[in-house]
Amino acid sequence: MNLTVNGELRDFPPLADLAALVATLGLDGRKVAIERNLEIVPRSAYGKTRLSDGDRIEIVHFIGGG
Amino acid sequence: MDGSVHTEDTWSVAGRIFRSRLIIGTGKYKDYAQNAAAAEAAGAEIVTVALRRVNLSDPSQPMLVDHVKPDRFTFLPNTAGCFTGEDAVRTLRLAREAGGWDLVKLEVLSNTKHLLPDMEETLRALKLLIADGFQVMVYCSDDPVYAKKLEDAGAAAIMPAGAPIGSGRGIQNLLNLGLIVEQSSVPVLVDAGVGTASDAVLAMELGCDAVLMNTAIAEARDPIRMAVAMKHAVIAGREAFLAGRMPRRMYGDPSSPTAGLI
Repeated sequence: MNLTVNGELRDFPPLADLAALVATLGLDGRKVAIERNLEIVPRSAYGKTRLSDGDRIEIVHFIGGG
Repeated sequence: MDGSVHTEDTWSVAGRIFRSRLIIGTGKYKDYAQNAAAAEAAGAEIVTVALRRVNLSDPSQPMLVDHVKPDRFTFLPNTAGCFTGEDAVRTLRLAREAGGWDLVKLEVLSNTKHLLPDMEETLRALKLLIADGFQVMVYCSDDPVYAKKLEDAGAAAIMPAGAPIGSGRGIQNLLNLGLIVEQSSVPVLVDAGVGTASDAVLAMELGCDAVLMNTAIAEARDPIRMAVAMKHAVIAGREAFLAGRMPRRMYGDPSSPTAGLI
């Protein structure tokens, strides 16, 4: 399936839900926040958020800043 | 007198009480370990943080939260890089989801060269954020008129720039800063422009509630030592403010008695 993740169009094997994407990317879901198609997905909902071809996903975290 | 501080001198913002009056940034350090050491050396209780895309090509990169821990410091997410109210709201909604915090730092810049705030857009963004339930500490220009508008709109703290972010030029308009301190009933913090310890002392002597800085520590030759210096500077300035300075005189006034001279 095709997803745009952090602005980059990528081809993934079929993913059941957002939790599967987080795992595929090797991320720790407790340390990130995610938007799907400009809507924030609460961390508790990753496992029940289905993904569709063409979804635009933003995955962010805290970094150093002033 | 034993030299100790007899009543605990705290300040509060959005209902949270803090002892340290030094907030430090987490940008520009050599690495997160040095950053964490500087935060400890500064005695900081609050650190500012930015929100950015995760680097998907290397998910094993060091992460801020593994070094500067959110259970040790209050994270103050910022909106650095945002130029519109909508960008700021989007960024801070994500920050709230990532960390669960509603205390945030709003900065809406006007220009990538001097990094001074766009006050019209900052005020608009503030209203959007307050409507969304955030407690907002606002980076702003040193203009008392706009500072009052921010306070009237519900800002949790007013944070005027002493000088452009990262410039290290110190407080450029002490008169305006004094007017802002005098008129405000929410905390006032100098945010941006501090270059060395004396700048922080001046801000505190003027009656600011706290000082926020990043580059002054991160770009010092020895950041940890500068963090210690800033900790003392903020305490010294605060104590001097509370003590109340002597009057300025035109002429000398001898400290030794003039009577009984041989």
